[in-house]
Amino acid sequence: MVAAKKTERLLNLVICLLATRRYLTVQQIREAVPGYGSGEGAAEEEAFRRMFERDKEELRDLGIPLETGSNSGWDDEPGYRIAQRDYQLPEIALEPDEAAALGLAARLWQSAPLAGATGSALLKLRAAGIEPPEGATGLEPRIGATEPAFESCLAGVVQGQVLRFDYRTAGRPAPESRQVEPWGVVSWHGRWYLVAHDLTRQATRVFRLSRITGPVTPEGMTGAVVIPDGSDLRAMVVESAGDTPTTTARVRVRTGSCWELRRTATATAPDGAGWEVVELPYSDHRRFADRVAGYGADAVVLSPDEARLSVVRRLTALAEETATEKTGTEKVATEKTTAEETA
Amino acid sequence: MSGPLEELPRLLALVPYLLTRPGIAFATAAADFGITEDRLRKDLNLLWVCGLPGHYPGDLIEIDFEGDTITLSDPQGVVRPLRLSVDEALALVVALRTLAETPGLADPEPVLRALAKVEAAAGTAAAPADRVAVALEGEGTVLPVVREALARQKVLRLVYWTAGRDETTERDVDPVRLLVVEGSSYLEGWCRRAEGMRVFHLGRVQELEILDEDAAPPRDAPSRDLSQGLFQPAPGDTVVRLALEPGAAWVADFYPCDAVEELGDGRQVVTLRTSGTAWIRRLALSLGASGRVLEPAWLAQRVREDARSALAGYADR
Repeated sequence: MVAAKKTERLLNLVICLLATRRYLTVQQIREAVPGYGSGEGAAEEEAFRRMFERDKEELRDLGIPLETGSNSGWDDEPGYRIAQRDYQLPEIALEPDEAAALGLAARLWQSAPLAGATGSALLKLRAAGIEPPEGATGLEPRIGATEPAFESCLAGVVQGQVLRFDYRTAGRPAPESRQVEPWGVVSWHGRWYLVAHDLTRQATRVFRLSRITGPVTPEGMTGAVVIPDGSDLRAMVVESAGDTPTTTARVRVRTGSCWELRRTATATAPDGAGWEVVELPYSDHRRFADRVAGYGADAVVLSPDEARLSVVRRLTALAEETATEKTGTEKVATEKTTAEETA
Repeated sequence: MSGPLEELPRLLALVPYLLTRPGIAFATAAADFGITEDRLRKDLNLLWVCGLPGHYPGDLIEIDFEGDTITLSDPQGVVRPLRLSVDEALALVVALRTLAETPGLADPEPVLRALAKVEAAAGTAAAPADRVAVALEGEGTVLPVVREALARQKVLRLVYWTAGRDETTERDVDPVRLLVVEGSSYLEGWCRRAEGMRVFHLGRVQELEILDEDAAPPRDAPSRDLSQGLFQPAPGDTVVRLALEPGAAWVADFYPCDAVEELGDGRQVVTLRTSGTAWIRRLALSLGASGRVLEPAWLAQRVREDARSALAGYADR
């Protein structure tokens, strides 16, 4: 069992370096920790050095604070140790209601990498004596992160490293390459966004993770990204969605219908039998027209004119589309045939 | 999968875990670590041959077994768990902040106390958590009532708006669970009106009250498997094909599509499945010229009729 032997060696190495106050040289470590071999030859020495280098990397990857230093100014060979102070999770004790809150929070993340990180964090907290309850039944808040770009964007944000990726913009035929300084990731309305400083455009941009195509590549040094003080990531995402109302529309709605529109109404007044007029604040007349047009004959925009015209334009295109729709279908049919022929 | 990168953190947590719980049952420890009892035995066999340099009996981690219980008496310096990593601190801190900031989801006071303690214990590892934020729709007035009904196992009476049909109905529901999926909150329960399990979007609950009647959802009522998302295709669904202009590309992001064909220049044809077509008619109306129903033909015809009758409302004035 090579893997078990390696785990055993690494565990002995951690125990050894935690126990020592003095820095231990590689030779001292080789003598103290079983599994590094004791052969004197140059080849064996070389094999040991490489093995120890890999072990060091693995301990650091696990977050074990391996310290390098010398015991005195006269030592020319540096050594290693692990300071208990840097290694140990500080004391933490939770009241039962706090442990319950933690238990609920721990069930939030549904996907990699944060679900795994939660699991290993809970192991550590349990080892510190905390017992998170199995959780109140019937409460299941979950946050997914199914976007393939999530993991590498999160890593870029945490590492503070410049990222490069291809991004699809609505209305543009092909994805374009972007180079950005990532500031943060935000989940809003169930979707993940990357807030970043776009280096090509020299401006702050909000990217929807689902529109990143292909790999996200880190570039340059970690810790290179500096986030300006007072940046409110969530506010930037909300603002980029343009959801702050600037205008108010008057819309005539059929009684008992359009409840979701009515939800945002600031005023409602009767308008003849079976109808009411509601006042609805909105920000973008095209997006507002999308919402209202969906209700068909149950909602009629009275004002302002630009919103009214936007709705009429949508409906007209659909009402008169017999001819155009045919060409649309034909085009699709042709392309499908072509695809089948080539396949 | 098992390898040192997975096993070492577990072993380093296992030592202080056992140290603080002398005489713990095998089964309990295995369950807490999410491993089998067999795996736990292998872990313990590895632990007790490890220890301080020299590796004489007094240098090794000491573990005693008595019946089904484990007692670890000498940890050889591994007395505390390792500090939280940045990823671990971030996962917990952002999750707790989300609970605290979502109106109605949890009592914020104990959440904030737990958050303060976790942040203090994580130290500098918690700093990158500031760069991740989650906004959930909490439904501040509705959620606490739903939570109470679940806790007391009482029937809920909802006045509920069904988006597809644009109609409001009153329903008595035996609540089963409260879900927060894809940013929104839902109640899953047995709808007595529909005589079936239903998922209610809490943003569409107009009124609700807790009835003085014990909830009794049928025992065999199937809960929804959420691993593939909230909405899943069913055999009787209508298959709809929509042609989208570049401006309507968001549709493919927003709705679960069976297929997306790229036609070039940003144009797409998407295939969707749906049990009710009313929402597709609404979607097509709202897309106007940038989205067209290709199939089925009868649905395309309905959309055309919907548009004509809606236009009549504009001709009047």
